Amino acid sequence: MNVATLDQLWVYLSGNPLLSLLATLLVFTLAVRVNRAVGGTPLLHPVTLSIIMLIALLLLVDMDYRTYFEGAQFIHFLLGPATVALAIPLYDHRERVRRLLWPLLLACGAGIVTAVASTLGLAMLLGARTETLLSLAPRSVTSPIAMGIAEQIGGIPSLAAGLVLLTGSIGCALGPWIFRLLRIKDPVVQGFTLGLAAHGFGTAHAFARLGAVAGAFSGLAMGLTGLLTAFLLPLITRLFGFS
Amino acid sequence: MPLIMGMSMLLACQFAGELVARGLTLPIPGPVIGMVILLVALMIRGKVPSSLRLTGEGLLRYLTLLFVPAGVGLMVHFELIAADLWPIVVTLVASTAVTLGVTAWVLERLQHGDSRRNGQPEGKA
Repeated sequence: MNVATLDQLWVYLSGNPLLSLLATLLVFTLAVRVNRAVGGTPLLHPVTLSIIMLIALLLLVDMDYRTYFEGAQFIHFLLGPATVALAIPLYDHRERVRRLLWPLLLACGAGIVTAVASTLGLAMLLGARTETLLSLAPRSVTSPIAMGIAEQIGGIPSLAAGLVLLTGSIGCALGPWIFRLLRIKDPVVQGFTLGLAAHGFGTAHAFARLGAVAGAFSGLAMGLTGLLTAFLLPLITRLFGFS
Repeated sequence: MPLIMGMSMLLACQFAGELVARGLTLPIPGPVIGMVILLVALMIRGKVPSSLRLTGEGLLRYLTLLFVPAGVGLMVHFELIAADLWPIVVTLVASTAVTLGVTAWVLERLQHGDSRRNGQPEGKA
């Protein structure tokens, strides 16, 4: 019987999508366990934790992102149908959405202007380079929209996508503190706010932690913010004197 | 079969969304338009088919997991982020906090005003 050597096995496995797919699922399961063990703190959000562990793992075994993604893309692909599925909770809560339509739209406008203005203002004040600045601007928007916007206003699309993800995990970590500070308990407000400031991360967090109502409004906020920002942002950056 | 039926409906909406987005060269991603299409379809039909609910809610329950592969992509941007590390970190944290605060405050205020005007108790269960 021939026994393959360890590095022969590794060559086979590391070129196979099975490994990174399995690693992603196992690391995520582990991250959920760890998060639960430390009392479910949003500072160690399962997603943030999984990302950190997977990056460490990839650096450790010297696998590049493209190889990893070949396996992980099967999970990534499901984001599309999952986004479409957000229509279901929205439909379930359509009466409430209709009743709150104007407050929601106004809050969305206020949130977007705050997000973009404070981002550009602070980053300019702190001396970030122009490309970084313009990649930061769409950071509150779900990554596919943000990449398109960044390209349009002169940022770096892939950097914008990375900053969007960072914003998502920061938003989930800060959200509960801000809500406690402002004494906000309504799941509608919490969900909508998370979806606006932390896009899909916030929506996922709202579904997992705050329930279906918060999730529905979070998904609504994510969609609305994406749509409105695509129109508003080029105008705001022009106001700040870019392009 | 319900899982297959449900998944087909979701993918069909996404597909239609992609077609609209590409066809009209909109800056909006296909799945977001697909979400709007599905919402309109549900409103016309008047109820959520059980197969669609089974698949859709199953996917949404694991939504957090679906962000992990894209998130690992951050490793590609280490250098770009390191070049402007402090401006990026301070801006992200401060601006996200302000955005959360302003949005929550505005919505809470408007919603309070709304329910008071209609003479209803607040929308809290």
